[in-house]
Amino acid sequence: MIKKDLLGIKELTVEEINLILDTAAGFKDVLGRDIKKVPALRGRTAVNLFFEPSTRTRTSFELAAKRLSTDVINFSVPTSSVVKGESLIDTALTIQALGADFVIIRHSSSGVPHLLAKSLRASVINAGDGMNEHPTQALLDSFTIREKKGRIEGLTVAIVGDVCHSRVAKSNIYALTKLGARARLIGPPTLIPEEIVSLGVEVFHNIDEGLKAVDVIMVLRIQMERQGKGFFPSTEEYFKNWGLTSDRLSLAKDDAIVMHPGPMNRGVEIASDVADGPKSVILKQVTNGLAVRMAVLYLLAGVHE
Amino acid sequence: MKILIKNGHIIDPSQQIDGIGDVLIEEEKIKGVRSQKQNELRTQNSELRTIDAKGMFVIPGLIDMHTHLREPGLEYKETIKTGTLAAVKGGFTTVCCMPNTNPVNDHASVTEFILKRASEEGYCSVFPIGAITKGQKGEELAEIGTMKDAGCVAFSDDGRPVMNSLLMRRALEYSKIFGVPIISHCEDTNLSEGGVMNEGLLSTTLGLKGMPDVAEEVMVARDIALAELTGGRLHIAHVSTEGSVRLIRDAKERGINITAETCPHYFSITEDAVKGYNTNAKVNPPLRTKKDVEAIKKGLKDGTIDIIATDHAPHRIDEKLREFDFAPSGISGLETALSLSLRLVEEGVLTASQMVEKMSLNPARILGSLITHHLSLVAGSKGTLKPGADADVVIVDTIKEFKVEAEKFVSKGKNTPFDGWMLKGIPIITISMGRMYEWQ
Repeated sequence: MIKKDLLGIKELTVEEINLILDTAAGFKDVLGRDIKKVPALRGRTAVNLFFEPSTRTRTSFELAAKRLSTDVINFSVPTSSVVKGESLIDTALTIQALGADFVIIRHSSSGVPHLLAKSLRASVINAGDGMNEHPTQALLDSFTIREKKGRIEGLTVAIVGDVCHSRVAKSNIYALTKLGARARLIGPPTLIPEEIVSLGVEVFHNIDEGLKAVDVIMVLRIQMERQGKGFFPSTEEYFKNWGLTSDRLSLAKDDAIVMHPGPMNRGVEIASDVADGPKSVILKQVTNGLAVRMAVLYLLAGVHE
Repeated sequence: MKILIKNGHIIDPSQQIDGIGDVLIEEEKIKGVRSQKQNELRTQNSELRTIDAKGMFVIPGLIDMHTHLREPGLEYKETIKTGTLAAVKGGFTTVCCMPNTNPVNDHASVTEFILKRASEEGYCSVFPIGAITKGQKGEELAEIGTMKDAGCVAFSDDGRPVMNSLLMRRALEYSKIFGVPIISHCEDTNLSEGGVMNEGLLSTTLGLKGMPDVAEEVMVARDIALAELTGGRLHIAHVSTEGSVRLIRDAKERGINITAETCPHYFSITEDAVKGYNTNAKVNPPLRTKKDVEAIKKGLKDGTIDIIATDHAPHRIDEKLREFDFAPSGISGLETALSLSLRLVEEGVLTASQMVEKMSLNPARILGSLITHHLSLVAGSKGTLKPGADADVVIVDTIKEFKVEAEKFVSKGKNTPFDGWMLKGIPIITISMGRMYEWQ
């Protein structure tokens, strides 16, 4: 990879995406071994700088770094000087002064990784910024699709839910369209911005129509705070109209797979029997996330060489 | 002191002058303007400074109806001293300062403070704009009459629009007896809630919360309806959308007594300037799209938009060097406004005379009734080169090309999306109340 940072899928070429996925395949083999650790990035330091609560992404990055023999520092906001009024840039520069090679950042404001990337020598990895992107999630989703389906090009992938506020959806839209899949967005008009069709996706407000003959269904998490803001009247009504049930799942292709970035709200965006059913690859996504994040760290480290 | 500006291209729409001639200034007033065919301007004083303005525009000093001077309370962003220095550097000899200071200019004592400071430290004339409501809270009217007597020339809650339609109605009704305009920052804050840029494909792909153009337009429509109902004097601040231009044009055609302004950034750049999370392009109302820019230009050309104001909104550099969501809105605009407006002349959108109208004569007209009584100035003393008017004159080198260098701004606010731009045309001499400032 030629870039210093992983800011988003938007910024990646098809070649770079494929390189990450191919590299991840190698690391997945490593993760299947008895000894799951390789010395590839020994002596490096990664800092998890999480301004939003996260368990799975932070843990996944931490473990990915450790599997590569990189030291990891978890810098969480409540214990940092951020609460004392330190600016974001000052916090990041302080972390860099400690010798960090990677700054893995999650923040509720879009563009924060881009801001840090400009002021830091370290590689900045976007672990989710506001409503912008969550690139490693999309990479692990693509990796999972490729693993299950053998390809991505030509597939039809439905993304169901709160596209408007979802960085996972945005990153997946960029990844899928770049890799040659057809993306369909399904949800109420309040959660799917009208102009998004310009990105080369199809929009369906009716889930039954949208799910017809799709190869992959990605269900997005409905954030509970959207309730009462006029996006939809209640989670019950949402589930009734856009929840993924087994009846609806039967509209998709027979060999369709069901994905979810987690954490799930069972009975809101997805029925329990679907989440736990044979078409669900939700836990595989978690495992693949490790391999993909190892690949990202490994490839970004190459820049410094 | 006497100043004779010779052989300049005088543009004074108040007298329909657009040609070569001389301007004579004595002390704080314009003594006379002579076009080439008339007799020599006579002056006996030996203490005469002669300026050769051959090839330059000589225009009445610009009047900015929308400036944030930040004093009192926010002196780290700007002071009356630095803000008025930026003004004269940009060719402005009068600025009207918005009330969102700390404390808010919602009381005659604050107005008096600003005027006192301006008379002690200011480089140009300062006319304060008072708050419509106490504390800009949108709850109860401020003492509009008393503040007018103290020197406020207009009233506005600026960045905190009066959401309560009844209160806005009362403001438009009540202000009528004082003949002062109510300046409306048109934004339905429910529709724009949390927004940090224009709503559209770009806000979606940047993951930033958008403010739809209709958030501005529904308020423009409301305020036009209220102006029609009350007969109050409504001035619409910083028009940024195609729909607003259309609404204002329709209202004017129906004979409703309203005026409107836009700012250079709304006719010079689009939301694309936000790409890369450039906080210097964060402004409220937000930068819009190409079709809006075209509509704004058309509105300027056909007279729908009366005024070009700056909405000069200086911020300290580290306030902008942060998360886009949390960076304050605003552009430091005084030092680029004239050069950016000259682009409209170059493009043929406006004639030079129309540009001067929108940056000097029209603001003077809108604020005219106030200027009459305020600080014992005489009627029509600004925005014109008529004999007896204030000696507010700007000499503009319209050929000179220069690079915008934000760090060299004399304003404390270096926040501009035009940093590094090559522009053509710049004031080289600004005379404000007879005091001369030279820049080159």
